[in-house]
Amino acid sequence: MSIKNKAYIVGIYEHPTRLATDKTVMQLHAEVAAGALADAGLTKNDIDGYFCAAGDHAGLGQLSTADYLGLKTKHIDSTDVGGSSYLLQVGHAAEAIALGKCSIALITLAGRPRAEGMATGTQPRAPAVPMPESGFELPYAPATANMYAMAAMRHMHQYGTTSEQMAWVKVAASHHAQHNPHAMLKDVVTVEEVVNSPMIADPLHRLDCCVISDGGGAIILAAPEIAKSLKRPLVKVIGAGEAPKHQMGGKVDLTYSGAVWSGPLAFAEAGVKPADIKYASIYDSFTITVVMQLEDLGFCEKGQGGRFVSDGNLISGVGKLPFNTDGGGLCNNHPSNRGGLTKVLEAVRQLRSEAHPAVQVKNCDIALAHGTGGSLGTRHAAATVIMERE
Amino acid sequence: MADRKISAPAINFETQKFWDAAAEGKLLIKKCTACGEPHFYPRDHCPFCFSDKTEWVEASGKGTVYTYSVMRRAPIPYAIAYVTLAEGPTMMTNIVDCDLDSIRIGQAVRLVFKPSEGGPPVPMFTPA
Repeated sequence: MSIKNKAYIVGIYEHPTRLATDKTVMQLHAEVAAGALADAGLTKNDIDGYFCAAGDHAGLGQLSTADYLGLKTKHIDSTDVGGSSYLLQVGHAAEAIALGKCSIALITLAGRPRAEGMATGTQPRAPAVPMPESGFELPYAPATANMYAMAAMRHMHQYGTTSEQMAWVKVAASHHAQHNPHAMLKDVVTVEEVVNSPMIADPLHRLDCCVISDGGGAIILAAPEIAKSLKRPLVKVIGAGEAPKHQMGGKVDLTYSGAVWSGPLAFAEAGVKPADIKYASIYDSFTITVVMQLEDLGFCEKGQGGRFVSDGNLISGVGKLPFNTDGGGLCNNHPSNRGGLTKVLEAVRQLRSEAHPAVQVKNCDIALAHGTGGSLGTRHAAATVIMERE
Repeated sequence: MADRKISAPAINFETQKFWDAAAEGKLLIKKCTACGEPHFYPRDHCPFCFSDKTEWVEASGKGTVYTYSVMRRAPIPYAIAYVTLAEGPTMMTNIVDCDLDSIRIGQAVRLVFKPSEGGPPVPMFTPA
């Protein structure tokens, strides 16, 4: 049993807002759902499966959101592993569709951390209820930035990765963002500007960090016969993989991510290799995240990620692996502090040939979207989705 | 410079002994009597072989810095780190009582305890 060719992405929508001072989170969920329905040519009552992450919904799981949206479904799933949740859910929705548990699945993401003034990366985020590990972590003030920074520091020590190499990830994202009218940061930056920006948590500078933005997005998947009855270009899911990684009982190794497991699962199911990928959306919470995930997915040898991303190799039309052509989390948006969903959106645009002409990859037939949810430095879930244009 | 305020650790039945020992200046880790593996953070079931035959052992307090990061964007900058204990497991901690710019991966460190706000003292490390 495989999900290959069993589900198609028929509708996508990215909310244009980056600062939602005048909207509730629920309004944003409704607006992105409506946008994806319009893109697909479907109506709300066609939806019979609903997927979201528990953490960006008020109340119990997704029940309040399903109530607010007026959804009547046969299948629900509120798997929440942080920012990669929506990548897992593309896989889960494809599974549910393949098994006939639902036929048209909606995934939504929405949030407004910027309007709420959240210090996303630099303040420790304590869970509402202490976790088993809380007593052994929170007194040390782990925030998002310093946890990813510790992974970067070890990677630099072990493999000789440099700040200048990591900066190339941001430079490439900025080259793409200049063409995205909705991007929060549209200015092209240089390696020098990245490494000379203020230090946040050694070795990560301000420009090594993604933006804090409001907004959201939605994805609709459908069974093959429904997808073929609609008028949109056909983009199907051909492989998916997911894997958690944690501190391993104290055998801590921060030099690799769960992508070493999720990637091979997705590639095997899809029957393709990294060399077959024409475009990659790679979760870019920080520049180091991209470097490490590219290695772990097999786009280069372990430890060579810094060299791989250098000299514009991730810039569309310039390098060998065009990535995040919407500007990604580093420049475009990071709605609800969760970058997994928008990774799928730009991959679908590329496969549909609907990306901005300046960044559209020629003959883009196979694309990958990958993310890391949670924290690279403690516990995270990696998720890989491979899609193909039919 | 004033010290950063350290939040009190969350304590539960499973970890009470760890924090009782911390109050006496001792760092405990768990070791599995079935497979022999030490682990951190401590739990009743061994995360490797899943035996429930785990015992508390006192760590020497010697370790090396596995990785670290100085949080510059904080009212009082501080160094978070993972330190690999001489006994094997690696634990999250802070490196304290030193020039934060002098911390290096591989550096030898030793155990110190720092008071928390309304809780037991918390194990941290300083250059050996």
